[in-house]
Amino acid sequence: MSLVTLAVAAVLFAVGTYLILQRMLSRVIIGLGLLSHGANLLIMLAGSGPASPPVLGVGSSSGSIADPLPQAMVLTAIVITFGITAFLLALALRSYLLTGSDAVEDDIEDRRVRRAHRPDGDESAEASAGATS
Amino acid sequence: MSWLLPAVVAIPVLGAGLTVLVGRRLLLQRLITVASVGFVLVAAVLLLISADSGSPQVAQIGGWTAPAGITLVADRFAAIVLTVSAAMLVVVLVYAMSQLGRDALDWWFHAKYLVLTAGVALSLVTGDLFNLFVGFEIMLIASYVLLTVRAQQDEVRATMSYVVINLVASSLFLVAIAFVYTTTGTLNLADLSRELAAVDPAIRSGLGLLMLVVFGIKAAIFPLFMWLPDSYPTAPTPVTAVFAGLLTKVGVFVIIRTQTLLFSQEGPSDLLLFVAGATMVVGVLGAIAQNDIKRILSFHIVSQIGYMIMGLGFLSIAGLAAAILYITHHIVVKTGLFLVGGLVEAEHGTGALDRIGGVLHRRPVIAAMFLPLALSLAGIPPFSGFVAKLSLLQEGIALDRWLIVAVSLAVGLLTLFSMTKIWGGVFWGERTEAQGHASGGMVGATALVVALSVSVALFAGPIAGLAERAASDLLDPAIYSGLVLGGR
Repeated sequence: MSLVTLAVAAVLFAVGTYLILQRMLSRVIIGLGLLSHGANLLIMLAGSGPASPPVLGVGSSSGSIADPLPQAMVLTAIVITFGITAFLLALALRSYLLTGSDAVEDDIEDRRVRRAHRPDGDESAEASAGATS
Repeated sequence: MSWLLPAVVAIPVLGAGLTVLVGRRLLLQRLITVASVGFVLVAAVLLLISADSGSPQVAQIGGWTAPAGITLVADRFAAIVLTVSAAMLVVVLVYAMSQLGRDALDWWFHAKYLVLTAGVALSLVTGDLFNLFVGFEIMLIASYVLLTVRAQQDEVRATMSYVVINLVASSLFLVAIAFVYTTTGTLNLADLSRELAAVDPAIRSGLGLLMLVVFGIKAAIFPLFMWLPDSYPTAPTPVTAVFAGLLTKVGVFVIIRTQTLLFSQEGPSDLLLFVAGATMVVGVLGAIAQNDIKRILSFHIVSQIGYMIMGLGFLSIAGLAAAILYITHHIVVKTGLFLVGGLVEAEHGTGALDRIGGVLHRRPVIAAMFLPLALSLAGIPPFSGFVAKLSLLQEGIALDRWLIVAVSLAVGLLTLFSMTKIWGGVFWGERTEAQGHASGGMVGATALVVALSVSVALFAGPIAGLAERAASDLLDPAIYSGLVLGGR
């Protein structure tokens, strides 16, 4: 059972990493969601196995009681990720409204480097390339 | 007095709620904010006095004893950083409130600022790994919103990468927490320092490296710093100043805490020293290539982080004391430099070096405030940076680590070079006419930071003594775990 969960966590990490490396903001956000789901699953897994439940006074019956701490932690982590994902979606929408595209914009340094290596230094071509990419 | 520990987190959060409740009554909002941040400062000073007099405060939330409950601890190290941070939060708040016109605060600034304060305080005093995650998230969520105040294209672009990188780091942090919990069955830092000592060294150093990567992203060390110089300069001045002074330093604080308490080793760490040197060099070279005050200063944050990691890398009392001294000096100086940059921007509408000039003749007071801060950053005597750098170099020489000593001296020289670049571009040269006006409150707040920076140099003796006591606490994990768990 826990091996299946582990495999699911691994797949979530792989897919999440792939999506984060994309240029589309919507894919990046979905990737982040999957990545944090993978992390949450790992914490759930941490509850089973060698860790004994830290509930005070249950030492003898620990075999039948699940460790509540990872569940509490995952709940907290889910709420936090939920909040940040909502914020990211709002930010992505704002970015789409401002630039008209869903793509990640180049940062200032990248633009400067590209301009420096453009032999004719044509600023207008640079600007239109930036808008469509 | 241990009630002060939860209070430094709870009061700002309560204050944030109150500022929202009072709505658009600006005076009330300001009163609540100043009172809350002021309280954190007073509490931090009390905690520091208490910690230094040999009775550090420990609070067990809800009365649950240490490994089961949530622990808050203010040992010397945490209390020092909390005090300096709170002082900067107060000063920057005064600066922010004095801004006029286009830069005047929006209605929700106070609430966001207070949540940021609570997050910083929680990250510093927590004694529990998962609670540390929560503290970081509180701090980061406030910082995301503060960065996007104006929601312009540049800010949205910069914040997007900032949020994505931090969320990836947070996911990695959760993974690290899961691994630590599976390995040891506890997340209490004091308990962990005992449990991890018994863990297989290979697993232990794996966990240590994972945590170094997680907090390295937050602290912007080499090679995980790329997000910083891009995202910080786009924000409004008070926001950038407080981020520059505090956020990365909280990351450094946690690196020092975890590497000494959980993953301590004997003798200097080659990995940390390499990271320190690379961080310094890359940061300062990036700064030299820039042409805007805030962008130059942002790259310098990266470069300066290297010095703190260098002190940690020595893993000796003198090295750690130097690192603590450096953090103290750096938080003050960096905040001050960004405030000065903000004054120039407020008057000229830009921070680009080639579009400003002659500020020395038009507003000598701004130049007079920039000079001691810039010289201090470069480590010129008799300013505070010199004291911190000198103790780092002394320890490096004592340990025969000549390479890192040479690198840090060269980086100091390059720092001075890029400071003269700002000086030549902004303060000398052809006089440009001002378009705005920096209010008296803004200048006053900046002057206060300069005074604080100078007093770090004036009282270098007592502060170095305090840093040394804090460092010897850090190097003996038994002190920290004894504090939290009692003599178990």
